[in-house]
Order: sequence, then C-alpha cells, then structure tokens
Amino acid sequence: MSWLDFNRRGVWAIYHFEMARFRRTLLQSLVTPVMTTSLYFVVFGSAIGSRMTQVGGVPYAAFIVPGLIMLSLFTESLSNASFGIYFPKFTGTIYELLSAPVSSLEIVLAYVGAAASKSILLGLIILATASLFVPLHILHPFWMLAFLILTAATFSLFGFIIGIWAKGFEHLQFIPMLIVTPLTFLGGAFYSIDMLPPAWRTVTLFNPVVYLISGFRWAFFGTADVGVGISLSMTLGFFGLCLGLVTWIFRTGYRLKN
Amino acid sequence: MMMPVLSIQNLSKSYASGLQALKGVNLEIRKGEIFALLGPNGAGKTTLISIVCGIVTASEGVVIADGHDIVRDYRAARTKIGLVPQELATDTFETVWATVNFSRGLFGRAPDPAHIERVLRDLSLWEKRKDRIMTLSGGMKRRVMIAKALAHEPEILFLDEPTAGVDVELRRDMWALVRGLREKGVTIILTTHYIEEAEEMADRIGVISKGELILVEDKATLMKKLGKKQLTLQLQEPMDAIPAALGQWQLALKANGNELEYSFDTGEDHTEIPALLRRMGELGIAFKDLNTRQSSLEDIFVSLVTTRKGATA
Ligand SMILES: Nc1ncnc2c1ncn2[C@@H]1O[C@H](COP(=O)(O)OP(=O)(O)OP(=O)(O)O)[C@@H](O)[C@H]1O
Ligand SMILES: [Mg+2]
Repeated sequence: MSWLDFNRRGVWAIYHFEMARFRRTLLQSLVTPVMTTSLYFVVFGSAIGSRMTQVGGVPYAAFIVPGLIMLSLFTESLSNASFGIYFPKFTGTIYELLSAPVSSLEIVLAYVGAAASKSILLGLIILATASLFVPLHILHPFWMLAFLILTAATFSLFGFIIGIWAKGFEHLQFIPMLIVTPLTFLGGAFYSIDMLPPAWRTVTLFNPVVYLISGFRWAFFGTADVGVGISLSMTLGFFGLCLGLVTWIFRTGYRLKN
Repeated sequence: MMMPVLSIQNLSKSYASGLQALKGVNLEIRKGEIFALLGPNGAGKTTLISIVCGIVTASEGVVIADGHDIVRDYRAARTKIGLVPQELATDTFETVWATVNFSRGLFGRAPDPAHIERVLRDLSLWEKRKDRIMTLSGGMKRRVMIAKALAHEPEILFLDEPTAGVDVELRRDMWALVRGLREKGVTIILTTHYIEEAEEMADRIGVISKGELILVEDKATLMKKLGKKQLTLQLQEPMDAIPAALGQWQLALKANGNELEYSFDTGEDHTEIPALLRRMGELGIAFKDLNTRQSSLEDIFVSLVTTRKGATA
C-alpha cells in the first residue's frame, strides 16, 4: 500500500460529517464556553484579581487567560473526540466505518482532526472574549499557536482513545471529570506554582498539565514555571504516547472489532 | 470455470466468549448470481457476512473478494463490497441526502449526484431526501441503509435479512431492486428467514447450521434432488384402512379416510403412478379428483435442519 492509495475523500467525508455535527449544536458548543470564560473573569479576574494584582509581573486577570484557554481546550477536545467515535459505536453506525476502505490512520486523522479543529476554533474565540476583559499582548504568537494546536491534537487523540474504551456514556465523563479537571486546577491554571509551598511544588511537577499550561503561558508573557523546552518536550511526549496507544488499539482491534 | 467473485476458504471464527460461530466454511460465489444463505437463528450467517465486510476478524481462513485478499488488500476489496446489515443503524440527525452522499465519499468515490438521485428514486426515497432520518418510518430507514450500501456502486452486495419486519409492498420493491441489480451484473448474497423469498429470488442456496455450511446447491437442483411430490386422490367413498394390495406404494390415508396420499421423489421416474392407478381400478376404488403438489424449499429446509439436529443430538 502506498500513499497514492490515501483515501482523501473518505477522510474528508468523516471530517465534514463531524463538523456538521458541530454546526448543528453551534450555539451550545460556543455559547457555553464563552459564558464560562466570562464567569471565570468575573470571579477570578475581578474578585480575586483585585486582591492579587500581579503574578510574575503580569496582571492577574491577564495571567489566567492561558490557563483558561487550556482548560477549555482540554475538556472540549476530550468531549468532542470521545463523543465523535463513541456515538457510532453506541448507535451501531460504526459498521459502515469498519467496512469502508479507510485505514486506521485515516480514521484517526479525520476524527481527531475534526475534534481538534473545533477546540482550536474555540480556543481562539475564548482568546477573543478574554481580550474584551483585559488588554493582551502575545509575545510569541507562533509558539502560542503551536502549543494551541499541539495540545488540541493531543487531547483530541486522548479523547478518541477514551471514546473507544468507553462502554457507556458515563465513561465519557469519567476521565475528564475525575482526572483532567483536577489536574488542570492543580496544574497552575489560575496561579503560578511558585506560589505553592516547596513540598507541593515538587508534587506538582509530576502533573503533566503543568507543562502544557506553562509552555502556553510562556508564549503569551515570556515567563514560565518550567523551561519552555521542557514544556515542549513533555507536550510532544504526551502526544507521542497517545499516538502509540491509538496505533496499538487499531492493530489489535481493541473494542472496535470482535 | 469462471473465477469466483468471492472465495471463502476454511473460514473459522471463535468469539471471545469461546463460542465457535463458524467452523471451517468453504464457499465460492459466482459473479452475477443471487446467493441465498439460509439457516436458523445463531447459525453464523451474520458472522460470515461481517468477516467478509471487515467488521469481524476471522480466527482462521482466507477470503478473496474479486481477486483481492480482504485483509492484505482491504482497500481494493472493500471498495467492491456493499453491506446492508441486519440491524437498523442510521445517523438519525442527518438528512437522507447527506447520509447517502457521506457513504459514497467514505468509500473514496468522487461525488456523483446523478447516481445518488437514481438510487434514491429506485428506492422511492427521492421525495424524502431532505428529511432527517429520525422522521422516517422503520421501512424507510431500511431503504436508507440500502441506498447507503449502493452509493459507491459495489459489485458485491450483502443483504443481511433485508426483508425482516418489512411490509409486503416494500418486500416486492426490494425483490425488484435486487433483480435490477443482478441485471447490471451485481453479485448478491442475501440471508433470509422467509424461505419462499429464497425460492423466488435465488440462483443458488447455501444452508448453514451451527457454523457449518451443510449444503450448497443450485436452487433448481436442490428442489429436484430433495424435493418430494405428493399425489392426493380424493376418494368417492371413504375407506377405513388402506387395502393390503396397495401396500407397495406406502400410501397415507388422510381427511378421515376421504383422501389417499402418495409421496414420491421428483428425481424418480413417474412410472409408479400409472401402476398405482391401474391397481386401484382393479380393486374398484374410485376417486373424484386428484392433484399433485411439489414440496417447497421451506419443507426441504425444515427437513434438512431437523435431520441435522437429530444426527448431532
Ligand atoms: N459479538 C459476539 N460475541 C459472542 N458471540 C457472538 C457475537 N456475535 C454473535 N455471536 C454468536 O455467534 C453465533 C452466530 O451468530 P450470528 O449472528 O452469526 O447468527 P445468524 O445466523 O446471523 O443468526 P440470526 O438468524 O439470528 O441473525 C450465535 O451463537 C451468536 O450468539
Ligand atoms: Mg444474523
């Protein structure tokens, strides 16, 4: 098999299908996160920010913007991608996907690509919303986009895996609620880990989310909890891990085929 | 002989539960034929179809579709194959038009609105093309699934119980559609529990039972080989018992002694009938009417599967 065989029409069909699903629920897909972000600004930015004016030379309200975007990026990528592949499994329409001349790579590309597109779009919308509340100057726009895309792709892959693993709708919520949200809140979304007692700081360094948020924040303000090189390698490492898992799933047919 | 369009060699499947759903099945499907796969519930029909279509992985064996190995060369193989599965499963929020075009794209074919229109018209779905699938009736959804399977112009079409839960009219439409496809050279493999349907439609018939293919035969040959004919004589006067002089024909007395029934294999010469009638004349047994009946495929099927059960029990 060669690259000439690449079923681009198949990939496009799935991508288009997934984006259409997104458009159908456009209102709730976009309004909810924009609302939530605004609420965060009111609560964290204004109420807490008025007491905690600056973090590392950055106004607190601006400081939380990268964390807020990341938080939405995680949850939206996870839920979009997990739902996207779980739903056909649930309704039985997956038969068509399995019987179609599309490779596993193409399936992943289409589903993960669509989920990532949605959350990237969302991240940019949140960024725009945030800039209405606080003046923002992005120091490294290229790296900001790079981290945004990489993180969206990684968590969409992760969500895809959850969607394949899930045996019920409650499973779709399970990992995001139980693992990702706490890790995000503890990962310095709303504070710098320098503000923690030293012992906790060490514990926090085992939290992978710290690196994602830190790198993203560096792209905004040029300052970070950990070196940007480490952030980037951790993000790439996580991406590679998810990619490996997906490859394994398709190679074994895990929970997709009998 | 022409190369088979589908060749199934030594195909076995054990599910994770340990159940062996297929046991070394060998089957060759000829290009352009309608092949009916019959068998009781749980015989392994859907499993067989699912393996060929790539939904279930075989435990053992090889399948070649139109010259392409379904595993190694799955792209080429799957492009040729269309599937209408047994279970209704549709994208309820999509419109008919969108979902059928999606299927064509998924199979890597360039958009062809004219073809999709033809398919939808053939299935009486054209008026419904802008409707969301959830607003359609069950029979209509079944048609949508057929339209999806035909969207990429497959050369081999699997219909897994296409007429289950379908009204008489739709069933007729379906038969007409299947015949139309066959005329275009499409090979069709269908399963059904309506045996008269197989009798009506199929060129060849395979019977599967407990994961084993116990018979594959031309329909006509099968009917001839296994079919029984019955001659029923309506007597002028009822009789209490069959006279000993008629013993050699192994007759049965029916309808309170008003009918004599003689069964014979269609494969045999019919010379026994004149002899029987002659003897009856000699004995002074008069009859007012007679008719013959050929046993249907259903009778054959039932006797096949039940003798089979008896043999393995
Ligand atoms: N996913 C599965 N896991 C375990 N066993 C299965 C699975 N799917 C089917 N089976 C078993 O395999 C056997 C064959 O099932 P299959 O669906 O192929 O039968 P079938 O001939 O299509 O029956 P029907 O006429 O009811 O559709 C059955 O005993 C069934 O219970
Ligand atoms: Mg079945």
